[in-house]
Amino acid sequence: METAIQTTEPKKNYLNAEYGVMSWLLTTDHKRIALLYLGSITAFFFLGGFFAMLIRLELLTPAGDLVLSDTYNKLFTMHGVVMIFLFLIPSVPAVFGNFLVPMMIGAKDLAFPKLNLASWYIFIIGAGFILYAIVTGGLDTGWTFYTPYSTTYSNSNVVAAALGVFITGFSSIFTGLNIMVTVHRMRAPGLTWRRLPLFIWAHYATSVIMVLGTPVLAITIVLVALERLFHFGIFDARLGGDPLLFQHLFWFYSHPAVYIMILPTMGVMSEVIACFSRKRPFGYDFIAMSSVAIAVLGFLVWAHHMYVAGISTYAAMIFSLLTFFVAIPSAVKVFNWTATLYKGSITFETPMLYAFAFIGLFTIGGLTGVFLGAVGIDLHVTDTYFVVAHFHYVMVGGAVTGFMCALHFWWPKMTGKMYPEAFAKLSAVLVFVGFNLTFFPQFLLGYMGMPRRYHAYPPEFQVLNVLSTAGASILAVGFLMPMIYFAWSLRYGKDAGPNPYNAAGLEWQTSSPPTTFNFEETPVVTSEAYNYDEIDGTTQKGVEVAG
Amino acid sequence: MWSNLPLFPARASTMAGHVDALYFALVAMAAFFTFLVSALILFFAIRYRKERNPVATQIHGSTALELLWTGIPLGIVMIIFVWSSVIFFMQTRPPKGAMEVYTVGKQWMWKFQHTEGQREINELHVPAGRDVRMIMTSQDVIHSFYVPAFRIKADVLPGRYTSTWFHATTPGRYHLFCAEYCGTQHSGMLGEVIVMEPADYDRWASGGVDGSLASAGEKTFQQYGCSMCHRGDAAGRGPNLMGVFGRPVLLDDGRTVTADESYVRESILNPGAKIASGFKNIMPTFEGQLSEEEVIGLVAYVKALGNGTANLPIPVSEPNSGTYPLAPKAEGSAAKSDKATTPAKTEPAKPAAKQ
Repeated sequence: METAIQTTEPKKNYLNAEYGVMSWLLTTDHKRIALLYLGSITAFFFLGGFFAMLIRLELLTPAGDLVLSDTYNKLFTMHGVVMIFLFLIPSVPAVFGNFLVPMMIGAKDLAFPKLNLASWYIFIIGAGFILYAIVTGGLDTGWTFYTPYSTTYSNSNVVAAALGVFITGFSSIFTGLNIMVTVHRMRAPGLTWRRLPLFIWAHYATSVIMVLGTPVLAITIVLVALERLFHFGIFDARLGGDPLLFQHLFWFYSHPAVYIMILPTMGVMSEVIACFSRKRPFGYDFIAMSSVAIAVLGFLVWAHHMYVAGISTYAAMIFSLLTFFVAIPSAVKVFNWTATLYKGSITFETPMLYAFAFIGLFTIGGLTGVFLGAVGIDLHVTDTYFVVAHFHYVMVGGAVTGFMCALHFWWPKMTGKMYPEAFAKLSAVLVFVGFNLTFFPQFLLGYMGMPRRYHAYPPEFQVLNVLSTAGASILAVGFLMPMIYFAWSLRYGKDAGPNPYNAAGLEWQTSSPPTTFNFEETPVVTSEAYNYDEIDGTTQKGVEVAG
Repeated sequence: MWSNLPLFPARASTMAGHVDALYFALVAMAAFFTFLVSALILFFAIRYRKERNPVATQIHGSTALELLWTGIPLGIVMIIFVWSSVIFFMQTRPPKGAMEVYTVGKQWMWKFQHTEGQREINELHVPAGRDVRMIMTSQDVIHSFYVPAFRIKADVLPGRYTSTWFHATTPGRYHLFCAEYCGTQHSGMLGEVIVMEPADYDRWASGGVDGSLASAGEKTFQQYGCSMCHRGDAAGRGPNLMGVFGRPVLLDDGRTVTADESYVRESILNPGAKIASGFKNIMPTFEGQLSEEEVIGLVAYVKALGNGTANLPIPVSEPNSGTYPLAPKAEGSAAKSDKATTPAKTEPAKPAAKQ
């Protein structure tokens, strides 16, 4: 008995290296900070989801009868603010980027471990301001803070929320900076740029956007607060300002921010699809370069949010043209992932199901983006439920599905435990079905003309709204189930072992959970990424190595 | 709730057909690619599942394929770009001679002023078969004028005029929504567009109004002493406004602007922004003293002066006598005394011409 106990005594790893609250709050281990982020953003995801459920319940009937108009306006505002600034923006980069970037490139930690911890504290402080705004009267400007409503007319807590968004921006900048420097300076010997996993390329491109775009949002949001407090007249037409200036500045960040949310999950897709097809991704160079192209072109399309806002006809057309260009690299990725499946040896573990869902939903989200990029159509459907459906297909169908995919794929690495596969597959199916039922009817509603942000609506829109609410209930179950089985797996899950999926990548060559410094000794990279032929021993070379 | 389940909006303007045609083309394109990608994934997933294909074949990629699936989507979106831009040009360029309806959006109602003089709130009567141009501004936050049945939408901003136009085809009642979030009662900022047969509309428009919009503007023009300087001869300290509207104006910095609604509005509320060549920057601002409706009346009046349907008075008094009333006290004694020194007696302006 005693010897048995000794052999099951857990090896030292980053989770049991130290104990106590302070060992977490003062940690500089990128993996622990990733878990701090994971815990925080999960809480915010369910808070934002709670607001979403109230919105869907209100919209079950045409009359605004469940909550007051002001309350409804606060609900959709807080749903947007919490989901975007407190969940989607940090979701994959600050959790999985944080956890995996050093491990994937064979480093002990990020380049600036203390800056990494600071980014989490700044995030929490910013989130505190936003939560303060929520509990002390809420915020009703929409997550977009459009002037002059936000600066002059809103009676809600704009300044506190604006400060919160401003502060969380710095955490995003710190994370971006850290990932960029780490990728440049800390790659293992032999790990050249073209041997990098595509996850790293996607995070590198994301980091560029974070570092270049976020300061613009920060300045803009400070201007809103200053204008509200001191009436500077930057956006106020009566004082010679221009409300459209706000929209230009806001979307200059907030359109690239969409790519902050979606690009990292595209990196996740490349890893997962390669692993469960047992293949190197088709067109590695093109997938990598399309990430960079998206990051660059993403900065040039902001005014497609403003076709009807009062910009000139020619400006709208130029931005329409540029918008169509940015659609191309996304299409290239989808085709390459699909081609990766060709002649693969495919298995259907939960992450792969999420990856299939991602490709399908992101394809619909991207293609409906083409509708909105077309000025002639956008004039009719902008500011309607068509837009709501489109960005949920990208943000939930894409980014959240990608997040769930990553969570299942790397959960064994993070915790050393396997989740229950059957439950996980069921929840993936529920998410897919519930999601489509929630948001597909909204495309129809939008083309029929139902404007977004409506508390009450004409009765002819009811049937589709009921379908949408029904779908949201299924979606909620699909998102709650993982909470339960992941928690269960921490105690009762099977031990994962270092590499349960036989995946390529340096992060799988160390123990699960990894030790504090990730690797016993610095790995040396001698081949390109995704060497599945060597891992599976299916090539001449692989056989020779094995022999 | 099941009795009424439309899945497509009514089509009641000449634009609806154009927008719907492109929409259906895009739906077909999107359906094709969604089906293609889904079918390929399903086929590969079944054909190359591990049980059937235990050993993956490593393929690094194919530049030819990459070029193909970069080039084909690029070609498709360029076609969409041209097609949608053509529609957009139609949407944003009102035909010449369209009748005009002035619109003021405010939290949370729509106010419309017809050039014939009719005013209405949250209801917009328009004739079928005529071009109608909306000239819009907001009194407070940003709103958006959206009529799904016409497939048009344009934001309504404070501090400037925006415009859109439509040519209604089918008499009936259609939703008017505010599409830009504007505060508490955003979803209550609803209206109805009532499209009438042209004869019915003409009867409606001329019924029970006391004077056109331009004549209301003329009253404002007199009341605020504008005619002191903007005289009907060359002796005024401000430009003679006869025949100015719609024509190019040379500015003192050498630029030329077209005297459109926005220019007239700016010249009233922010006179120093663009000074007409040969005049001094002496006009006081009327910002905060005129309501948006009064400004609209003035714009309509200046427009009527521009096409000769109204006339400017030529005062007999010397233009430079007395001190200039720097900021006309709103509705106050200054305006009245101006009137007293200005023997304004013109015939009431005829209704502003339309079409």
